[in-house]
Amino acid sequence: MRKAVIIGAGMVPVGEHWKLSLRDIAVEALLNAMDDAGIDRVDSLYVGNMASGSFVEQENLGALIADWAGLGHIPAVKVEAACASGGAAVQEGAKAVLSGLEDVVAVVGVEKMTDAWPSDATRYLAYAADADWELFHGASFVALNALIMRLYMKEYGYTEEDLALFAVNAHANGAKNPYAMFKRSITVETVMKSPYVADPLKLFDASPVCDGSAAVIITTPEKAKELGVPKEKWVEIAGMGRSIDTINLANREDFLTLKAAKVAAERAYKMAGVEAKDIDFFEVHDAFTVMAALSLEALGVAEKGKGAMLAREGQIAIDGDYPIQTMGGLKSRGHPVGATGVYQTVEAVLQLRGEAPEGIQVPDAEVGLTQNIGGTGSNITVNVFRRV
Amino acid sequence: MGKPMQVARHWRHFREKYALVGGKCENGHLMFPKREVCPVCGSRNVEEYQFSGRGKVVSWTIVRNPPSGLEYYRPYPLALVQLEEGPVVLAQLTDVDPEEIDFGMEVEMVTRKVREFDEDGIILYSYKFRPVLKPQKE
Repeated sequence: MRKAVIIGAGMVPVGEHWKLSLRDIAVEALLNAMDDAGIDRVDSLYVGNMASGSFVEQENLGALIADWAGLGHIPAVKVEAACASGGAAVQEGAKAVLSGLEDVVAVVGVEKMTDAWPSDATRYLAYAADADWELFHGASFVALNALIMRLYMKEYGYTEEDLALFAVNAHANGAKNPYAMFKRSITVETVMKSPYVADPLKLFDASPVCDGSAAVIITTPEKAKELGVPKEKWVEIAGMGRSIDTINLANREDFLTLKAAKVAAERAYKMAGVEAKDIDFFEVHDAFTVMAALSLEALGVAEKGKGAMLAREGQIAIDGDYPIQTMGGLKSRGHPVGATGVYQTVEAVLQLRGEAPEGIQVPDAEVGLTQNIGGTGSNITVNVFRRV
Repeated sequence: MGKPMQVARHWRHFREKYALVGGKCENGHLMFPKREVCPVCGSRNVEEYQFSGRGKVVSWTIVRNPPSGLEYYRPYPLALVQLEEGPVVLAQLTDVDPEEIDFGMEVEMVTRKVREFDEDGIILYSYKFRPVLKPQKE
């Protein structure tokens, strides 16, 4: 079977890019990735994006970005899986390479959110929920996650302070990442003093609305050699898994299990031939602090109900047994929704190449994992990357 | 949710939203809303089923920053309510002091306004749940 390796990675800093449009940041990230690989053409482009039609009245992103990046007459499409669009786009790109149909594939994740009024952004994000049975009743994404957070704390006896530790860890790492939106440390007190958005979920339990774009170039080892890309740059996409769950949270069998993440992880682990204990770092989808806890449980890092315990015990820090959010995660690096899965991928590549910024490099990292959630756990991708 | 003149879009759900009519498959699995395919057993033989409207609060939140268009009742309590027949529905709570809401609180369905659009637009009503007023009959 063919193998898929990432030979180029690029991104733009996450933030509020008032001067730049969606196409500006997407083209910049894409060209950065192509420059990193040292190539000037690709066979195809996959765009991870959640809601450009709502945020900036622009669809057909395949044509827009390939055209403006000067890629010529290539196939280019948008891949949409809500906030997991980026992770899904990486998988579609890798599948194109693995299938043998395409040799050099570009994947770019992009979201331009700050052109929208905040409460409109809240509504556009809620389009990933069930329109008739959730948004209709006034559910925002924060609210749906707050329902889970309250239940999680009650069921396992955690406090809001316990969950705040995930945000504290994310910021501690993000403070050292030049591409992060919030490059500063916070304390549990910072989280506790922030206002409720949807009780018991506070502003600092949640990731920010922002703009961002990240890109990777995927090919086979043979082609990478032919293109003259030095082997130190290669990172293998060793395992991929993806699954859905009920779109409507209310229809879920167990509100405190991310079944889709569990299924996706099993598939990714099997394909990569690894177990959770073999993985050196985890970029999990901490759009809300409780999601980091549930993700660690679904990925098999913690037993059910013990995810937040890892934060309490300090095991999620860079020097812990299970480092997570090594570059700040969604909370501190930022969560430009459809781009997030590709940011996670770029961050995994930097970690595995040993190119992570000082202070947040996981020592001797060989295997890394990214987990990207769309909807209220309704569409989840898990990817496993390995140093070549 | 888009602009107001999508009458058909909301009209087609009146039985569910006004009367809490869901579904029951040939193997007895209950669901809300009704679907073509039973999510438990895969049966395609699903009939309408009338829920009683009584249930208990499983979890709740107070929505302080609603999606645009839903600001009127802000802040409003939103809850997962387990109906006494089993299925769980997401809905707003009404006629309740947020401090009173608790796990397992008994609630009953009422019909309330959810959203208004512009002055020439439609008004959306639906089920919400309030604390049970009458003691439950044995």
